[in-house]
Amino acid sequence: MIDVRNISKTFYVPHEVKALVDVTTEIAAGEVVVVIGPSGSGKSTFLRCLNHLEVADAGGHILIDGIDILDRKTNINKVRAEVGMVFQSFNLFPHKTVLENITLAQQVVRKRPKEEAHSKAMSLLEKVGISDKADAYPDNLSGGQQQRVAIARALAMDPKIMLFDEPTSALDPEMIGEVLDVMKTLAREGMTMVVVTHEMGFAREVADRVIFMDDGAIVEVGTPEHFFTNPDHDRTKLFLSQIL
Amino acid sequence: MKNTSNTRRSMPPWKYNLWVGVFFAILFSVVMLIYIATIRIEYTWSWYKVPSTFLSREVIEISAEVEGRVTQLERKNDQAVITIKNETESKSYTVPAEDIRVNEGDLIYYGDTLATYRKWRAGIMVQGLWITLKSSIFAIILGIIIGIIGGIARISDNPALKWSAITYVELIRGSPLLVQIFIWYFVLGTMINQLLESYGLKEIPSLWYGVASLACFTGAYVTEIVRAGIQSIHRGQTEAARSLGMSYGQCMRYVILPQAMRRILPPLAGQFISLIKDSSLLGIIAVRDLLKASREVVTTQLNPFEMFFTAAALYLVITFSLSMFVQYLERKTATT
Ligand SMILES: Nc1ncnc2c1ncn2[C@@H]1O[C@H](COP(=O)(O)OP(=O)(O)OP(=O)(O)O)[C@@H](O)[C@H]1O
Ligand SMILES: [Mg+2]
Repeated sequence: MIDVRNISKTFYVPHEVKALVDVTTEIAAGEVVVVIGPSGSGKSTFLRCLNHLEVADAGGHILIDGIDILDRKTNINKVRAEVGMVFQSFNLFPHKTVLENITLAQQVVRKRPKEEAHSKAMSLLEKVGISDKADAYPDNLSGGQQQRVAIARALAMDPKIMLFDEPTSALDPEMIGEVLDVMKTLAREGMTMVVVTHEMGFAREVADRVIFMDDGAIVEVGTPEHFFTNPDHDRTKLFLSQIL
Repeated sequence: MKNTSNTRRSMPPWKYNLWVGVFFAILFSVVMLIYIATIRIEYTWSWYKVPSTFLSREVIEISAEVEGRVTQLERKNDQAVITIKNETESKSYTVPAEDIRVNEGDLIYYGDTLATYRKWRAGIMVQGLWITLKSSIFAIILGIIIGIIGGIARISDNPALKWSAITYVELIRGSPLLVQIFIWYFVLGTMINQLLESYGLKEIPSLWYGVASLACFTGAYVTEIVRAGIQSIHRGQTEAARSLGMSYGQCMRYVILPQAMRRILPPLAGQFISLIKDSSLLGIIAVRDLLKASREVVTTQLNPFEMFFTAAALYLVITFSLSMFVQYLERKTATT
């Protein structure tokens, strides 16, 4: 489903930073992959490269469902419609109601008629448990509710892949559970997911694989058991000892 | 809008009222001082001449274009039909039956007055007001279009677009509007009109060069306002929209611009109020706007005080209406 080959990413502003160094990995359909690593290790950059929000350096390839998104001829908007993304800071559209947040891209990108987009949005709101907030504005919702709307917004496009960049890091502790529950349901339904998170409980429970990144490179890949019982690398051990 | 008079006052009511009194006393004194000064210099106020510069009753005379006899004079309702006949031709005039100067059988010579009537006519000040409004409205619309395109170009990654926008903004903001009006009229206008003439086409009136100069001038400021408005919207909004598969244009149209609009409105209103006031400069390229019209009245009626006060009051009415309208828009967009 996702095939990443020799991806590097260098930022030049404000000064040269190698955020990703020759990253290669493969993610199969239906797989749930959790990416962990210290701050600044390139987790977000990796995730953002997957839907072209960050353009990887020339030389590598990123194949999403067989389509090379680094190929100039690829229509990136088409690929992005198949790849949902959930952000740490929700990024809901504040000038639109919850319902409009979820119907906008369906109508504009998928060209669905209004009624269809509307009923799709309502059933997704039902799924994430906030159908009563359809006509509220995002600013009037709690963080946990906003993030669930953001997930519904991404799901409305019927994506094949969902990317999560620390979806619970900006939430108050009592709201983390409700968002993780939605994500767990999604994982069980067979969605292909790449999740950057510090929630080790989530990783242990639903991840098929864990990727540990440091300094822009993938240091270690393995099952959750492997990671939480006997990781190979000292850096992995050090990191896990700090956060567990 | 918050009502500032509701904010808590830091002084007791009697003191507050005292200072309100002082304010009106100052206002009254200033007006009185001006009035006394005008009496001292023996200025004769003639406000009564002002209304006729807006609206006047004009007497229109209908004169005969043929010679002959009035063969028929028929009145119906408030219209009358006068028919004049001679050996070779006959002609009928339909006129308002207000003041008929001929009778049936009268011998009419060429140019004789057959009838007169009075008609309301828009005075020079109304025409000037209209020109001011017209040039401002066109310049505002063009300025918005230029500003949105310029603002988007200004934040583009493409150097051709970005540098064009920067050059445009810096050039316009770096020179006085008066100079730009002269360049538009005396340089570009002369060029364009001579070219048009050489192709046998009609010249473009000076009003449109004036509108172009105002639009270009405002467009530069609107560009900066739009740029600031767009950049004030968090990057996450663009990323969220793009990650859903929206194109750059869709993202701008549905997500960024509607949000930016709210922040853009107040500075935009200020800009357009300046524009309306700046349109008074167009008089120097022979556009008869509100101020030019006032000056023309002054040269004939010799009442500069009244006319210039009137002009100022009219500008105030226009700019105040605009700012009220914008406040209304702000309130409307704030609730959605
Ligand atoms: N837009 C950017 N411009 C310049 N440098 C950047 C940019 N985005 C990321 N970086 C740099 O790239 C490196 C990796 O950043 P990234 O955000 O991917 O790390 P992360 O693992 O997500 O960290 P965190 O856990 O703090 O979110 C960091 O050194 C960061 O400073
Ligand atoms: Mg990050």
